[in-house]
Amino acid sequence: MHSDAFDRYHHGHSPIHVLDPRIKVIVTIAFILSNALLPDGAWIAFGLAWLLILVANYVSGLGISFTFKRSFIALPFALAAVTVLFTIPGEPVASFNILWWHLVITDNGLLRFVSIVTRSWLSVQVAILLVAVTEFPKIIHALTHLRVPAVLTTIISFLYRYLFVLTDEVMRMMRARQARSAAAVGLKPGGSVIWRARIAGNMAGQLFLRSYERSDRIYNAMLSRGYNGTLMTIHPHQFRRNDVLVGVFSILVLIFIQIAGRI
Amino acid sequence: MHYAPPQLHIPDGFLNLFVSLICWAITALVLAVAISRTNKSLGERQIPLMGVMAAFIFSAQMINFPVAGGTSGHLLGGALAAIMLGPWAAMLVMTAVVAVQGLLFQDGGLLVMGANILNMGLLTAVIGYGLYRGVFGSSRPVKLVVAGIAAWLSVMAGAFATSMELWLSGTSNLQTVMFAMLGVHAVIGVGEALITVAALAFIFRTRPDLVDEKSAAGQSGRGWVVAGVLIALTVILLSPLASVNPDGLNRVAMDLGFIHVAQSGTGPFAGYTIPFLANSSVAKIAAGVLGLLVVLGLVWITGRSLQKKSESQDRPSPMANRQP
Repeated sequence: MHSDAFDRYHHGHSPIHVLDPRIKVIVTIAFILSNALLPDGAWIAFGLAWLLILVANYVSGLGISFTFKRSFIALPFALAAVTVLFTIPGEPVASFNILWWHLVITDNGLLRFVSIVTRSWLSVQVAILLVAVTEFPKIIHALTHLRVPAVLTTIISFLYRYLFVLTDEVMRMMRARQARSAAAVGLKPGGSVIWRARIAGNMAGQLFLRSYERSDRIYNAMLSRGYNGTLMTIHPHQFRRNDVLVGVFSILVLIFIQIAGRI
Repeated sequence: MHYAPPQLHIPDGFLNLFVSLICWAITALVLAVAISRTNKSLGERQIPLMGVMAAFIFSAQMINFPVAGGTSGHLLGGALAAIMLGPWAAMLVMTAVVAVQGLLFQDGGLLVMGANILNMGLLTAVIGYGLYRGVFGSSRPVKLVVAGIAAWLSVMAGAFATSMELWLSGTSNLQTVMFAMLGVHAVIGVGEALITVAALAFIFRTRPDLVDEKSAAGQSGRGWVVAGVLIALTVILLSPLASVNPDGLNRVAMDLGFIHVAQSGTGPFAGYTIPFLANSSVAKIAAGVLGLLVVLGLVWITGRSLQKKSESQDRPSPMANRQP
């Protein structure tokens, strides 16, 4: 596996790609915050927010439907909001029977449900766009500049740096397990659930020990190269006029969306 | 990548602003303490260790075992991390895991990340370590059994907190979401418990020096035991109440004045309103801004007080001033 196997970055030179990562992180969070502030049923505002995403998609050169195609990731969670369809009082829209339950969907319930799912759907898209146009290490670097504690960002950097190494390790273990627990075609694989859980637990324990020992070697290697507790970077972040302009413009658009959501 | 996304990752949009900010405030405060503690007790050596351990938790979540009917058991890892690394370090490690899952894989939102860290990182660490700490010095089987119970309870606590947050945000009906969440996670928790116990037993056998209790014996662990037991009891006592008799919890919320800010799931109003303003959009914005200021203020104050404490050290602790 390659070191950037997990990065969702799509290489490019679009105006959005070259923006300062700090601006991109701030605008992303502001966008999600704006979604959370919009009242239920503010369809014009939701539409404008989607338009903003579409424009950003287009400018980024990834294709106008780039985020749309990947945006269904959070959809299963919509199940958690299903109950509002029935519990919020209002005019009945539809009703049906499941077994002995008589369920009535109300208009207010429907409004709330669709609003929740829309907010989530829009927020996920902007998060997808952020990691598609920014290399992940640069996002972490931006977080450091935005005053996220250095301890946390350093741990995240290490996590990202060694994730693919340990994932390779897990893959090898899983392959080894598979190779040793063959099952004849049509027969159930052997062992009880407890036995299988124990094997999985042993793998987790083994992985823990290997990671633990690896972290020792990593520390020694880093120490011999001059590590003093902080990670250095050779890519300093510098605001340019363009970055500030884009940032201010995006915030203004978000404020406009907020106003549009309340008329 | 086929890593396991547990159902506890709340996406953006499912919690209202008020609940999101409250959760961020709690999380930021606890993390600020965790950072100052780890800065104090551990050197620079610990940073690579915690980083690689975070990668370990992340990749260990890919390990699964078939249970029945196409479902499989997974590891969430909060309790295991807390038992092996201690509670403060485990909190930081789990925070990093949740942060990367949210940022990179959109597995859990950004504005609601405070809630996700609270549910999956902080509660699991307190329960996992607190209960385990209570049986320090006991025989190995006792420790393993308690670790298993702690692992199961840590998953249940996460599910419990998730349901409460969804309910307070007016996204779900309390009874339904609590029943469904706890039901599903009672089963998932068994997988978690089995893997945690087996992993611990493996480490006991192969590297008993890593679970040496003498180093921790000097510090007082009573606070952890109390905190762990209290949270566990809250989950055990309140969850049947919530899933069977939600009116009881509604009553409690009303007595505590919660219901002003929360939404019972049956009311037509979205959350966060300020009582003395009418339920207008102005009130909502004001409430949002107010919440934001409270969060930033709390974080700033804690940051200042912790910084003063650690000024005697060579490196002041970098404090949280998080963007929610």
